[in-house]
Amino acid sequence: MSELSKDDVKKIARLARLKMEDDELERRAESINGILQWMEQLNEVDTDNVEPLRNVADIELALREDVMNDGGYPDKVLSNAPEETQGFYVVPKVVE
Amino acid sequence: MAQLIKGETGEWEMVIGMEVHAQVIANSKLFSGASTAFGAEPNSQVSIVDAAMPGMLPVPNAFVVEQAVKTGLGLNSKINHTSVFERKNYFYPDLPQGYQISQFEHPIVGEGVIEIDLPDGSVKEIGITRLHLEQDAGKSVHDQHPTKSYVDLNRSGCALMEIVSEPDIRGPEEAVAYLSKLRMILRYLETCDGNMDEGSMRADVNISVRKPGGPLGIRAEIKNVNSLKAVQQAIDFEVRRQIEILEDGGEVVQETRLWDPAKMETRSMRSKEEAHDYRYFPDPDLLPLHVTQEQIDAIKATLPELPDEKKHRFMQAHGLSAYDASVLIAEKARADYFEAAANNNDPKLAANWVINELLGGLNKDGLDLEDSPIKAEQLGGLVALISDNTISGKIAKDVFAEMMKSGKDAAVIVEEKGLKQVTDTGAIEAIIDEVIAENPDNVAAYRGGKDKLFGFFVGQVMKKSQGKANPAAVNEILKEKLG
Repeated sequence: MSELSKDDVKKIARLARLKMEDDELERRAESINGILQWMEQLNEVDTDNVEPLRNVADIELALREDVMNDGGYPDKVLSNAPEETQGFYVVPKVVE
Repeated sequence: MAQLIKGETGEWEMVIGMEVHAQVIANSKLFSGASTAFGAEPNSQVSIVDAAMPGMLPVPNAFVVEQAVKTGLGLNSKINHTSVFERKNYFYPDLPQGYQISQFEHPIVGEGVIEIDLPDGSVKEIGITRLHLEQDAGKSVHDQHPTKSYVDLNRSGCALMEIVSEPDIRGPEEAVAYLSKLRMILRYLETCDGNMDEGSMRADVNISVRKPGGPLGIRAEIKNVNSLKAVQQAIDFEVRRQIEILEDGGEVVQETRLWDPAKMETRSMRSKEEAHDYRYFPDPDLLPLHVTQEQIDAIKATLPELPDEKKHRFMQAHGLSAYDASVLIAEKARADYFEAAANNNDPKLAANWVINELLGGLNKDGLDLEDSPIKAEQLGGLVALISDNTISGKIAKDVFAEMMKSGKDAAVIVEEKGLKQVTDTGAIEAIIDEVIAENPDNVAAYRGGKDKLFGFFVGQVMKKSQGKANPAAVNEILKEKLG
């Protein structure tokens, strides 16, 4: 696997909405590359014919009945909103 | 009937695939117990799961899973016994989680095929690539404030089925036919209400053009195409745009474009370019979803008769034309109405009355079939009176108009107004004798060779009988008497 460049890290940071200064990018690239190298090592294990392990507990996904039994508390939902009006969250304008 | 577009350098072929988002009919959301009803006060149908409060765990709705399987069966598609929910990561104010729970590598429904009916009466198969379950996002309102957007999360977390077609569609008419048929199937299955105005069915259209039979072109994805008319218009515009670029020696850019119904154009959504890096990964909050063969078989047993089956049955069992059958099956309620009206009646006659008189009349009065003043059994009663010669077809139209007004039974109106057809030949003869006596000049002219006057005599007799004389008997006796 090829090494991550500073630009790769910049892109990843942007996708995760993390602000990173230039000098930090170099450092992060190094540490992420360290992790990737370790992944490379894991890749050496032959996993052909091995089903991916989705969870370690031998349990089935629990489903719920289709019953309406939640919601109806807009005040609670909005209690952490930075700004609200008429029951809406209010955020800086974002238009596609 | 692939439709080719003539450009300056020859003909071009359109290659179109569609992604339709259909909101699943259910009481509660995909992963929470909040209501899915449309039009509630903002943020009143939001649970703390939908608002993505830290520590909340999604629990899938069993009924929504059944609905997805049912839809897959209705689309003649393969149901996958194991599917996996994944996180699709992007940031937007109406997506509080910062990711949408969707299905990516392992959708619940795989490949299938549906038939579409084209305007020229032919049928074409369109492949279904997949159907997967995912959460809807909330709704942003941008026009209430100059610098702020308002966010309502009521829709956040509602279950959607994303239904992806193969790029088998070759023109706007086929695209419209595909969307109509898909909507019809979903409504028959009662898995989506198909209401495009309320956004419970939304379409994205992938379009590219190529020289007929040539390699595939680069495609653009058109979003916000939310009515059958918009599908037609957006394709017309986008195809022209791409052909112009290519014929000018340029290249189509692979991008997401927005359909603007006011300006009748598509335009680039630059903000989406980077967002395509969604970094999907299996949602660690959710285990793989298993559906057993027993569950699938049980759901299969509940499937209603689907539009195409019904259409073929109407044609074979009732002898209807393909056109009449396709009009009647367009809505399940309409097909049910017809079957009730045709019960123990002449089905072709019943079909005529449903299609020409009833649907026309309701349309004129701005009524839905559900609000029809004439119930199916009542229309059946009218049809029966025509079939057994109690009333003529002409009188039946007057009776029908009265039924639309009063909602009374046809037999009651016929009785009250004394509209029974006169089939008693003695009575008809008496009227004809009167007419002949009153019009000696015309009688002479007719006998002298003016055959066209026959219609005049029929008219006079019908007028005197107030339309109640049996037309066949009138014709017969008149001919005899005028000789």
